[in-house]
This record gives sequence, structure tokens and C-alpha cells, in this order.
Amino acid sequence: MFDELRDLYQEVIFDHNRNPRNFRVMENADRQVEGFNPLCGDRLTLFLKMDGDVIVDASFQGSGCAISTASVSLMTEIIKGKTEAEAEELFKQFHEMTTGKDEQINLEAVGKLAVLAGVREYPARVKCATLAWHTLDAALKNEQKSISTE
Amino acid sequence: MTHIDVQKIRQDFPILGEKIRGKDLVYLDNAATCQKPQAVIDSIVHLYSHDYANVHRGVHTLSVRSTDKFEGARTKVKNFINAASEKEIIFVRGATEAINLVAQSYGKANIKAGDEIVITAMEHHSNIVPWQMLCEQTGAVLKVAPINLHGELIYDEFEKLLSDKTKLVSVVHMSNALGTINPVEKIIAAAHAKNIPVLLDGAQAIPHMTVDVQKLDCDFYVFSGHKLYGPAGIGVLYGKQALLEAMPPYQGGGDMIRKVTFEETEYNALPYKFEAGTPSIADVVGLGAAIDYLSAIGMDNIAAHEAELLAYATEKARKIKGLRIIGEAEHKGAILSFVLDKIHPHDIGTMLDSLGIAVRAGHHCAMPVMDFFKVPATARASFALYNTKNEIDVLMKGIESLIEVFG
Repeated sequence: MFDELRDLYQEVIFDHNRNPRNFRVMENADRQVEGFNPLCGDRLTLFLKMDGDVIVDASFQGSGCAISTASVSLMTEIIKGKTEAEAEELFKQFHEMTTGKDEQINLEAVGKLAVLAGVREYPARVKCATLAWHTLDAALKNEQKSISTE
Repeated sequence: MTHIDVQKIRQDFPILGEKIRGKDLVYLDNAATCQKPQAVIDSIVHLYSHDYANVHRGVHTLSVRSTDKFEGARTKVKNFINAASEKEIIFVRGATEAINLVAQSYGKANIKAGDEIVITAMEHHSNIVPWQMLCEQTGAVLKVAPINLHGELIYDEFEKLLSDKTKLVSVVHMSNALGTINPVEKIIAAAHAKNIPVLLDGAQAIPHMTVDVQKLDCDFYVFSGHKLYGPAGIGVLYGKQALLEAMPPYQGGGDMIRKVTFEETEYNALPYKFEAGTPSIADVVGLGAAIDYLSAIGMDNIAAHEAELLAYATEKARKIKGLRIIGEAEHKGAILSFVLDKIHPHDIGTMLDSLGIAVRAGHHCAMPVMDFFKVPATARASFALYNTKNEIDVLMKGIESLIEVFG
């Protein structure tokens, strides 16, 4: 019945929505930033543990739609072990993939985040996917405050 | 029992023939805005094609024709809500601007530090924020009457808030997030017993029922044209003449003056005192056409049709496992707000859209209501005179399917 939504709601997204990874409070976090999408009420808290400029652990709490939950869940997996610069580069690639005009997706650069490429066809849902990354961006810039997609 | 010929009515709304992602459009976002009948579209095209010029200005033929149509629409509005006079009908951009006008004009002139304004916990942001702004400017205090878990005003608590300090009561006639219809007659009687004027936010109520401002005896009534099958960008402030007469102007400019020198300005009479600048002429004419269209069908017939749709939808929704209706007031308009277990409203919205079904997903500009029910957002199906039981079947089937997909 929802055939044409398969690009948006891939099985990986349902999986991460049902069983979000790294869904926990981090007691000894070095960075903690809240992200909020006032349009839909999505709310998340991102925790990072740093070793120098390397992200050694990432976790989150909050509630949101399947797209935003899957996006933050996947993000916390993929950024572990990355340097701040590498994570910022991923954010750039992810942003390009979800909002860019370029038909080609740089699969090598985004890896399994490619499952979220479908949002580009749904402008109303792009912010759901990018909330996690904007929150990460704020955390990396050490902005200890809430960020909002609006 | 069907009170109106829905299939015939649907022919009047060209947009209902649209295909959305290859499917028949099922438009259930009427509480956000209603679609427009051909008569409204034609009235605007006709005005711009044959009669358009600025109003209240020239002696030339087109200005006279334009003015006649514009003022004719004011009379239609007056009759539609049974106001006592055209002087009581002020054209504004929408319900939001109307409330802001009352807050900044009536409010600033009559409400001072320590005074209280009473609203309810089910208000739209547009009936919260203008009062918060006024309170900030004057030092007045905003009091909020609570609601219960059915989404109904707790009337006794409301009445307890009325005191010598209360200078205005501003309540929603029908809630956009919950569908609740407030006991406005009782509210008005209680407030008037203490000489407190009452503003009713009728943005949601007006397309669903007969509104008679004299019978209600409300002091102000506000609504938007676009929710009444008319154009967006036009709305109405009704106010009792004596109150409006005593109020200072809201904005300065052309049309609202009688005489201007650099030393002083003499303001125009009602309703023009509150209508500075060239108005949205075509939209006013379009609103008049919408009122003609609805009057021909009859508001009571529309109300009966929608009550039938709501009862049908509610009964079906209650049978869906994992669906929780938000807002189950005994007196309710044609709005079905709901949440599904473990499925975010935005996912519901996108999935239903792929089936051609337009519902609203979000906080409905009523964040305090969402907080009260402890949900981030709801999905909302809202019905209009052109909706059918078949469309509700399509909606319910869609909801059942998406629950299955989410597993």
C-alpha cells in the first residue's frame, strides 16, 4: 500500500526506530546539547565523550518521528571514533545528500547514512533527518545550549 | 440521514478533483484551511475583470462599483452573524489580527497593572500571545482556566477566576486542536454578571454552526475568511458598537481619518476608524460570495452533516487498536485529533499523504494543549461540508495499514 514510500521508509529506518542504538543518558559526557524542532515537537539530547578531538562515545535521549530517531541513532553509530574534522565533513556530506541538487549520492562518503537519502524528495521531512546533525554541529562547536531547526 | 447533497456540493469545489501522488485527494485538513467553491473563485476573477478600483475614493464608475461590492459584502457578514449594524463589522486580515486589534486598542485603553485577563488552557497561540504581549506592556496578569482529560473546560474553575480584577474574558468558541465546543452562553452570562466583556475566538466555530452574536451577547467575535471557504488574508472583528466607538484606533493611515492637518487628525466613523489603508477588496468580495454560498446550503444543514461525519469517524477510530483520540468532549465539532502508539504524527502525515489523504500533523499552534496531554504533536483529521463517509473509510484503512507497516 505504501510502495512509493519505500525510498523514504527503508527497513533500516524502521529497525532503528524500533530499536534505537546508543539510546541512553551518558553520565560523564564532555558535551551535551539539546536539539529541538518546534514544527513537529521532535526533541533530542545528544551526549558526546571526547578524547582530544576524537569522539570516543556518543549517545542520545529524546523522542521524535521515525526519520529523526533513525537519523540520530545512525549518527551516533557512525561518528564514534571520528575526529571532529571528520564528523564535520560527514555533516557536510549528509547535508548535501539530503538537500543538494546533485543526483549522485557520494556513497563512499556517507556510507550507511545513504538510507536517509530519500528525504530529499520530501521537503517537509528534511528537517527531521538533519536535526541530529545540527545538534552534533552545535556540540562540536561547544555550544552548550539548545539548538533549533527553525 | 443526509441533510445535504454532498456529491453535488463536491462539484462546486474544483480542487477536490485533484490527484495527489496518483490518488484521489481526500482533504481532511479543513481546520487549518478550507477549500474554495467555484463561486468564491469566480467572484474574485469577476471583480478584477470588471469592477475593480479603489474603494471609498473616487467618483468614477469603477470605484463606485467596487465600493458597492465591498460594502455589500460587509452587509452579508453582518447578516450572517446577525450583528445589529454594519458599523460593528471591521475587516482585518484574520482572527489573529482581530485579537491583536482588541488587545492593543481596547486592552491598552482599559487594562492596567494588576488587572486580569482570563483565557482557557485550550486556546490557539493567537488567543494567548496577544494577551501576553499586552500583559508585558501594562503589567496585567493572564489567568488560564484549566481543562479536563476529555479536553473540556472545567467550568467551575473558570468561574472562580472571575473577580473584580478581571477586565476581559477571551475564550475559544471551538478548539482547533481538540474540537471542543465551549459553553459560551454560560461563560458570557457569568462574565456579564460581573460586568466583564467577553471576546469569542470563532475561527474554528464559524464554518461549522450558526453564529448569532446578538443572541450570544458576546462583546467581540473574531473569525478568519479562509476557514469559512473564503479567501485567506481577510477576517472579521465584530464588536458591539458602544465598545468600538470608545476604542482608540489601532493603526493610522488613509480611510480611517475624516480630516488631517499637521496639528491634529479627526478620526473617521465606524467601521472605517479601524480600517486604515486600502483594504483587501477582492478578498472581502470573495468572503461575501462564500457567505452567500453557505447561506444557500444552510449552516444548520452543514452542522448536521458534519455531526454525522464526526460520529462515524469517532466510532471507526475507537475500533483501531493503539489509536488514542485526543479530545473527547461531549460537545464537539468535526475534528478528530489522535495519536498512535509508537508512531509519530509526522510519520502518520507522510504516510497518509502517499495515499492522497491530507491531514495535519503537529502541535496545531496549541503547544500548551499538547503539553497537557503529554504528546509532542497529534495527527488531526478535520471535516467540512464536502467530506464523505467514504473518505473516512479511506482514512481509517490508511491508518490501519500504516500501523501494520510500522509493526
